[in-house]
Amino acid sequence: MTPKTLFRKIWDRHVVTQQPDSPAVLYVDLHLVHEVTSPQAFSGLRARNLKVRRPDKTVATIDHGVPTRTEDGSKNGRLAFADEMSLRQIRQMEENCAEFGIRLYGLESENQGIVHVIGPELGFTQPGMTIVCGDSHTATHGAFGALAFGIGSSEVEHVLATQCLLQWQPKTCAVNIEGRLSPGVTSKDVILALIRQIGVGGGVGYVFEYRGPAVQVMTMEERMTLCNMTIEAGARAGLIAPDENTFDYLYGREFSPKGEQWERSIAHWKKLATDEGATFDHEITLKVSDLEPMVTFGTNPAMSIPIGGRIPDPDAADDEAQKSGLRKALDYMGLTPGQSLADHPVDVVFIGSCTNGRISDLRLAASLLRGRKVSPKTRLLVVPGSNQVKRQAEAEGLDRVFKDAGAEWREAGCSMCIAMNGDQLEPGEYAVSTSNRNFEGRQGKGGRTFLASPLTAAAAAIAGKITDPRPFMQS
Amino acid sequence: MNQFTILKSRAVVLPVDNIDTDQIIPARFLKVTDKIGLGEKLFSDWRYLPDGSANPDFVLNKPESQGAAILVAGDNFGCGSSREHAPWALAGFGFRALISTSFADIFRNNALKNGLLPVVVGADSYRKLIKKLESEPQTELTIDLPEQTLHVPGEASIHFSIDAFSKTCLLNGVDELGYLLGLEDQISAYEKNL
Repeated sequence: MTPKTLFRKIWDRHVVTQQPDSPAVLYVDLHLVHEVTSPQAFSGLRARNLKVRRPDKTVATIDHGVPTRTEDGSKNGRLAFADEMSLRQIRQMEENCAEFGIRLYGLESENQGIVHVIGPELGFTQPGMTIVCGDSHTATHGAFGALAFGIGSSEVEHVLATQCLLQWQPKTCAVNIEGRLSPGVTSKDVILALIRQIGVGGGVGYVFEYRGPAVQVMTMEERMTLCNMTIEAGARAGLIAPDENTFDYLYGREFSPKGEQWERSIAHWKKLATDEGATFDHEITLKVSDLEPMVTFGTNPAMSIPIGGRIPDPDAADDEAQKSGLRKALDYMGLTPGQSLADHPVDVVFIGSCTNGRISDLRLAASLLRGRKVSPKTRLLVVPGSNQVKRQAEAEGLDRVFKDAGAEWREAGCSMCIAMNGDQLEPGEYAVSTSNRNFEGRQGKGGRTFLASPLTAAAAAIAGKITDPRPFMQS
Repeated sequence: MNQFTILKSRAVVLPVDNIDTDQIIPARFLKVTDKIGLGEKLFSDWRYLPDGSANPDFVLNKPESQGAAILVAGDNFGCGSSREHAPWALAGFGFRALISTSFADIFRNNALKNGLLPVVVGADSYRKLIKKLESEPQTELTIDLPEQTLHVPGEASIHFSIDAFSKTCLLNGVDELGYLLGLEDQISAYEKNL
């Protein structure tokens, strides 16, 4: 038999049919749905008098617009919706799910949370699956060895109606992550370094498979952070072969296979890894042994430097387009070439999102904040990725650590990553954020974002400025 | 979906690389439950000043941009978020075709589903086109989908690629869902083996 890649094994099992000169009809095992990209798809179903073909393979939550606080700050107060439109969109989601018979982890659910956090934590996400969602960070689920990617609302409608999607087969790229991370350097720093190396368009047309010693030793949550930002390099999906870490994570979760079915699943999942001798269309290597914590300085995720580095000079860039792109970014950020980011003042620190809003991220941040105070010049927002993450953090007393330090401890949601729910930067404010995008205005119109790891974010909150987190780890 | 055959139009030039969908349509406008009115919000943070008035320096607000149905933009156009609100906003403004050296994958798929044709040209053609349009903004470009050519007056025609399936959908103004629904038997057969 011809050796196959992990991607190809999943792809081949899911092609329903492919007619000449036409894209493959790809079957979808799990369709995740949220309130922002689905209303038009449900309207489309109604207009054609269609049903949801497989409500049993469809899971919905409310995350992008969900408030993370109550109006009066009390536990049972009225939720502080951003505005009437936001509330209407959420109510529409509830109505759509009720009408079409879709399981919804809504506002009152104890398992509500960011779609890419709850999928894995409830055990919906499993190796070998095809997973789609109207959200580009669906790449997150690739950490489990699933082919997972974001789609538009028209495609959401296609999947709701037929459980299938028309797709041209993408090319494959092996991303070898070599070496060993030093203390204080996280998988967030790895993915920022990779995007810096290949650019925000470097992965267009490809599906990545992350491999190598640094990936093997990562926990599942670290792998999710890595895969999550694959789309920021332009690749729609990033996969990691399932292994014992994957199985340990999934064992016993609510929707994980049980009993005999579990044994059969493990046997199948173990066969998914890329075969010896299988070839990729392209290969990239990233060496991480000397990697430092990374921070972005610009307005896309490729514009980053090591924490000890200096902002590049646009005049030294390769071509005119790069030069003008850098100049435009530095102008927006109010930064100058050659400047170090160390000691740059920070108004807001945001710890959360589908990139870094899981329990291990909160533990990392709390490890630095324990017994320390947030700088009086800085506001720290800690937003758990799901209600499960929130409960776990509270059981471990992490909420107390954050609150004692002077941070705001919020309810679960996307929050300031996309700034749709009222949590947002004011024009001109600087934020260190553990989220995934530093685009102009992403965290609020006129807001300026430095992307970093939870450790770097926590250190910035304490110091009130950008600083290397590693010295805080020793004391 | 509207049919796309031959489009003759002036073009708007936005020669910035890596324009993300957050710029095309900022997230605060994604609270809608329909597709109406998004053209007004297209490039909102570049197009309007803080007081809400039109930014006279932004290309979409220039008199020569009015009525143009083609947007020429830098490499990796439409990167970032999967929001289909981006093509809805572009189409809502009146664009029918986009020209760049490359498009982000999800954006490209979304554009095609909304009768918005993404035309990829080589770096040299792109540079020449930008130069031409900047010196002669009234230039009318012709995009011939049946022939898969982009014609710039006074220049040799540029061939562009598009897969046969997408081309057929655009030429006939049909969407993919009809095609998928027609495969019911195959999908049911596949599901029996799950």
